[in-house]
Amino acid sequence: MGLKKFVATRIVTMFGVLMVTLLLTISLVGSNMDTILKQGVAYQVRTEITSDPTIASSFSSTEEFDAYIQNQIELATEVLGLDEPWYSPQRIGLTMYKILLLDFGNATFLTSDAGSPDVREIIFEKLPRTILLFTTATIIISVIGIFLGALSGSKVGSVVDRITSSFAIISSSFPVWWIGMIMIFVFAFMYQIFPARATPPIPASDPNYFFSLLYHMTLPLITIVMIGFGAWAYLVRNFMVGIMQEDFIMSKKVIGISKKKIIYTHALKNAAPPIVTILALSLSGSLGGAIITEAVFDWPGMGRLYFEAITVMDLPVIIGATYILTVFFLVSIFIADLLYGYFDPRVRTA
Amino acid sequence: MSISPQEIKNEFVRSRVGIAGLSILGILILVSITAMVAIPSETFSQWNNPSNWISYPKVAIPVWVNLFLIEKIPEHKILQNPVEKIETSGDISLVSHQFGFSFDYDDFPNDFIYEFSAKYSGSPLLQISVIRPDGKTLNLVSTSLPYSNTETMHTERVFSTDDSIRKNLFLQSDEFDFSLNRLSAEDIVFAESNSHKPLKGNYLFIVNLYGVNSENQISDSTLTIGGKAFGIMGTDELRRDLAIGLLWGTPLALFIGIVVAIASVAMGLVYGVYAGYRGKKTDEVMMRFNDVIYALPALPFLIILSVTISNSIFLMIGFLTIFGWVGVAKVSRSMALQIKTRGYIDAAEMMGQKKSKIILRHILPQLLPYAFASIAISVPAAITTEAGLSFLGLGDPSFPTWGQILHDANVFGAASRGLWWWIMPPGVMIAITGLAFVFIGNALDVIVNPKLRR
Repeated sequence: MGLKKFVATRIVTMFGVLMVTLLLTISLVGSNMDTILKQGVAYQVRTEITSDPTIASSFSSTEEFDAYIQNQIELATEVLGLDEPWYSPQRIGLTMYKILLLDFGNATFLTSDAGSPDVREIIFEKLPRTILLFTTATIIISVIGIFLGALSGSKVGSVVDRITSSFAIISSSFPVWWIGMIMIFVFAFMYQIFPARATPPIPASDPNYFFSLLYHMTLPLITIVMIGFGAWAYLVRNFMVGIMQEDFIMSKKVIGISKKKIIYTHALKNAAPPIVTILALSLSGSLGGAIITEAVFDWPGMGRLYFEAITVMDLPVIIGATYILTVFFLVSIFIADLLYGYFDPRVRTA
Repeated sequence: MSISPQEIKNEFVRSRVGIAGLSILGILILVSITAMVAIPSETFSQWNNPSNWISYPKVAIPVWVNLFLIEKIPEHKILQNPVEKIETSGDISLVSHQFGFSFDYDDFPNDFIYEFSAKYSGSPLLQISVIRPDGKTLNLVSTSLPYSNTETMHTERVFSTDDSIRKNLFLQSDEFDFSLNRLSAEDIVFAESNSHKPLKGNYLFIVNLYGVNSENQISDSTLTIGGKAFGIMGTDELRRDLAIGLLWGTPLALFIGIVVAIASVAMGLVYGVYAGYRGKKTDEVMMRFNDVIYALPALPFLIILSVTISNSIFLMIGFLTIFGWVGVAKVSRSMALQIKTRGYIDAAEMMGQKKSKIILRHILPQLLPYAFASIAISVPAAITTEAGLSFLGLGDPSFPTWGQILHDANVFGAASRGLWWWIMPPGVMIAITGLAFVFIGNALDVIVNPKLRR
């Protein structure tokens, strides 16, 4: 199998997954969504008619007027295709097509900071902040993790190795959001260094907004890094332990190449494919975990948006956010696959 | 690659981490049994019913904190067994309930509440007074119960905030050297007479019920001295005793974690082995399906599922299993592919053994060590995911888990209010439970994967 075919099958699979996800989401929230849409149409038609007093005065009795409104609502529902049940193929197809083109409609309750109810605008306002926080965190985590992992992997059984391994095991059993609560308790309550809420108090238009955002980002960032890097170091360590036992490393040692050079050029290079893959996966994985972490720190990103949308059952936002999260997840899995194929030709030909 | 159970056992006993994990698990199981035996499940199912917790204090610190403090925080006292005295002289009968307790704290109590049910006829006189450690007697209440011709049952709560208590105390203001203005009843009753500081020592609250020509009775007599410390684990904003929630959380977490882990590993194992053994088209189709599930973002889906379908704990276990089996299936497929090529499988096939029998007899048993290691490793993930969902407020309200306690803590801003006893213990419990299984899993993993052994 050549690289082209490999990429092509991957793309097809990913697209298939995206469709399945969409279909699942829509079928899960479809009936609720339908009621909300119908109510929305009814409300819109009613306000349109009642805002024009000339229409109301042209009717002799309220019953007639009501019947007229009801008629208009039914007409509007029919025009929009809402008279069919939500699970009819046309409606599901239409909804999926709209979502594919990032047309999520209007949110029921939530608005963007600027006050717009358009779900796409809301999401694109929050997305950069989530990416800012979690990409920064992942980069820091991977740098610390690779360095520590390589160090402890080359000296199995040493103090560094033991500390790294036990820290990895212990830190992985603590939920990030709980550590977040503790961090807030320590650094916002006991020592008032960082703010308890990560949402900057000044409006987004303020020139200092970005710096304020960075300051408010510190506490969540420290927390995510603290919980994340141990597991990373442990993974890299295990790869390194495997590679350091390989014959080619042994022979390099015998030739007399310095140990440092062996670790950081030859061994790490060989551990690269799995490490890069995991980097791509953990980036997307962190976006999923963002929901809870952002809820704790009140970080104004996608995760908190998702949390708020669930609390008030704002379905268009839920669907839109799920879609965007899935796209990110799939794109990073895709990139991980490609990178793996690029680094390790065996995958392509197998 | 095949290891006998005996070998695994021997190796495991030698691994310190594994033994540590097993001992923690043993302790957790003991805690679960104690919780289920000692705390009736009725108490536990009343967790979200505020009226059940009414006599407990709000956000009270654990009692043991006092051991480390110089200035002692007043403990919350619920006194239910008074000394009862009944006297009759002539026409007048007296029922007297006396509550004695020692008060050795450096702060005033929050309040005091006397709750009772009286059975009487006529209109008896109720008197409440307190004898203080300095010998002074303060009259608090002196009132008659509502008149009744026939024998009647009367239930009442006397609060320290009652105006009549304040008035009575003002009448005795010459007992004190400082102004009683703006002080609440508990701040006066528990104060030294020459300065406004808590008076330490033994207090005796006396409740007297005087009746004329009638036999009176007081039942359910309870005196609550409202404090700021209560129980081993303290209480939360909704006055719930956190010890009960924490104890009962243990069996729940173990149940969720173990059931999800076993179910998903069993599912993945069978799925993967079947796909690997059949190979070809079946394998291809099954692995594509596996890819699809693998690529679904788990947390958003779990959230949508619990919001739209149900947040019942049993369904949640099912949902967690759906997302949990994928990785195991991938690994066990590749292991089955390896085992398939062995000579004895060919031999079994040639002897005409059924495919299901080959899988069950010859392939699955070889994967069992790996399966046990994966079960142990997937328990913490299941527990933290459930805790995470509960933390978002999507937990099953009839089964309060540690995650739900933390959810409430977050809702009431416990972290920024410094209520550490509300945040620390649930998280520590989650982590300890996770650690136990991670330890066991790691010990097994080292035995199963000899590559890690160096």
